[in-house]
Amino acid sequence: MKKILGLALTGALLVSMVGCAAGGGDESGGGGDDELIVGFSQVGAESGWRTANTKDIQGAFEEAGIELKFSDAQGKQENQIKAIRSYIQQQVDVIAFSPVVESGWDTVLNEAKDAGIPVVLTDRAVDSEDDTLYESFLGSDFIIEGERAGAWVLEEFADADVVNVVELQGTTGAAPANDRAQGFRDAIAGEDKFEIIASQTGDFTRAGGKQVMEAFLKSNPDIDLVYAHNDDMGLGAIEAIEAAGLVPGTDIKIVTVDAVKDGMQALADGKINFIVECSPLLGAQLVDIVTTLHDGGSVEKRIVTEETTFTQEQAIEALPDRQY
Amino acid sequence: MNTPQDPKNALASPLASRTGSLVHAAVRSRLVWPAVALIALLVTNVVKSPNFLSIRIQDGHLFGSLIDILRNGAPIVLVALGMTLVIATRGIDLSVGAVVAISGAFALSIIGGSDNPNSMGVVLGAVAASLVFALVLGAWNGLLIAVFGIQPIIATLILMTAGRGIAMLITEGQILTVSSAPYKVIGGGYWFALPASIIIAAALFALVAILTRKTALGMLIESVGINPEASRLAGVSSRVIIFMVYTFSAVCAAIAGLMISSNITAADANSAGLWIEMDAILAVVLGGTSLAGGRYSLTGTLIGAFVIQTLTTTVYSIGIAPEITLVFKALVVIAVVLLQAPRTRAGFARLRSRKGPSVPSAPREKAIVR
Repeated sequence: MKKILGLALTGALLVSMVGCAAGGGDESGGGGDDELIVGFSQVGAESGWRTANTKDIQGAFEEAGIELKFSDAQGKQENQIKAIRSYIQQQVDVIAFSPVVESGWDTVLNEAKDAGIPVVLTDRAVDSEDDTLYESFLGSDFIIEGERAGAWVLEEFADADVVNVVELQGTTGAAPANDRAQGFRDAIAGEDKFEIIASQTGDFTRAGGKQVMEAFLKSNPDIDLVYAHNDDMGLGAIEAIEAAGLVPGTDIKIVTVDAVKDGMQALADGKINFIVECSPLLGAQLVDIVTTLHDGGSVEKRIVTEETTFTQEQAIEALPDRQY
Repeated sequence: MNTPQDPKNALASPLASRTGSLVHAAVRSRLVWPAVALIALLVTNVVKSPNFLSIRIQDGHLFGSLIDILRNGAPIVLVALGMTLVIATRGIDLSVGAVVAISGAFALSIIGGSDNPNSMGVVLGAVAASLVFALVLGAWNGLLIAVFGIQPIIATLILMTAGRGIAMLITEGQILTVSSAPYKVIGGGYWFALPASIIIAAALFALVAILTRKTALGMLIESVGINPEASRLAGVSSRVIIFMVYTFSAVCAAIAGLMISSNITAADANSAGLWIEMDAILAVVLGGTSLAGGRYSLTGTLIGAFVIQTLTTTVYSIGIAPEITLVFKALVVIAVVLLQAPRTRAGFARLRSRKGPSVPSAPREKAIVR
């Protein structure tokens, strides 16, 4: 057994080394004075939103002529910590990352601080009490997103007596899941007619959203509204609702967050009722932050991306230009 | 699935037949706890929502929680089916999740790239191409293990890690959404009012059961698992057997991948089949097949797979908080595995025999000793 375990570890090591070599790009040691090198660790590619985010960041850095060392954590915190450690070892100039989960970052961020490498958080926050561990947090305010979804719900159901809400949560423990749940609850807290009768994680995936919604539909006969923390789970829920012989958008209203192309299409088709935008296009702003930091300047601790909301009519208008 | 004992019984003395029935009982008691777990989960659901078991007709097909469990469980059943044979040869296949992601991505990229995604011919072509791709991937695993003699856990780890990358390359990192009515049937459609996916899984399951239990194939697989060297010396071509089980496992995973992508009409390279290898191994183990190879139980795997799927559905239906979902699942699995452990079962047997002479197991044991 020991032998097998040893072999397994060696294998894993080999595979991960191959991965590093492939991702490492050219052989310049990094940390040169004139050449700016940025290490970026992405959560994964769990949704259309995320891949749009990845593409925008990669494109913006390429355009700015800044070398970007990119790694994909495939949704696992340990991969992300490994990637950040390897960036520290390579002495990159700035480290940017979207944390997979909120907690557990103090050690590795302290290592970066000790090495004198500034860290920028993109899209998701960390819950560390020491805010000197990072220079800036660039991203959406998920609480506001949740509140916007809640505000629409208040208006939409102004005349209703009782509203049964089911919630499809994002990955348990992830900042967008925690905050979108919080913001939504804050917004509807004043009205007793709203009841969240079931809430479960769909892991931000379509398959997850569909399976959870199938179960909800069977255990709760009277669902008025689905609040999904992202479009993909909402799209999964649409399939489940249709399979149950109901009409999504009419029999059961759906509000989601993100506004990726597939989601906007469903909104334009009337299957989703309202989408709160969460823009993945952070690339240009991230380039600004990185160059400012590199030139010795200081940046705001919290930079919020500009975002809007979409109704069905607005979606039909916006759809042709939607890039992601 | 106790048929391997049948040939022995055929030429048996009374003693052998008695031994046979005892082995039969042992096999049954191995499956008793996963079966109890399955029933307990269903009962829990019924207590929470009394109409859990109710099934109605919706748009010409059956509709209900049980149907959901069957439909969503089909991919796990398939992957676990291939995994059972691999584990029976004392191997393991970690690459099934990656193959799931690749096959869905490959099929949908072909269908999406064609002029007419709704044409039956295009869909059949894409499915065939995916299965051929899976054959190649499985043959790669088989080659590394059977020919080069690499440890299965290492050999399949390569594809496990690289495979998801291949799937991402095929989809270019995006989630491929393709609406194609004929493709949708595989994972989300219905035949004869039943989910097509469970019919496909059942057909494959029956085929494997017949092939391995009505021919010598099953015995050959077990012999390779018990002692590869001895079975080679006895004239069993272990290499061919090992090569075959890995190839078959990849094909099973590929069909599961088609189902999963068809179910959501999208190929999600990053999350399709994520951790399904662990679910499959768990299903096999819950079903009483030893990871040390040798004797395996297809029925056990089937029950194990449905325990896992029912567990997932139960979490959603009875409203376990997302934060403690994993703990709840772990507790159920630990309970079943502990109850199934040889020590625990021996303890139960002792308890039963102490109850009095009316229990028939005691005299039977004497018969064996003699």
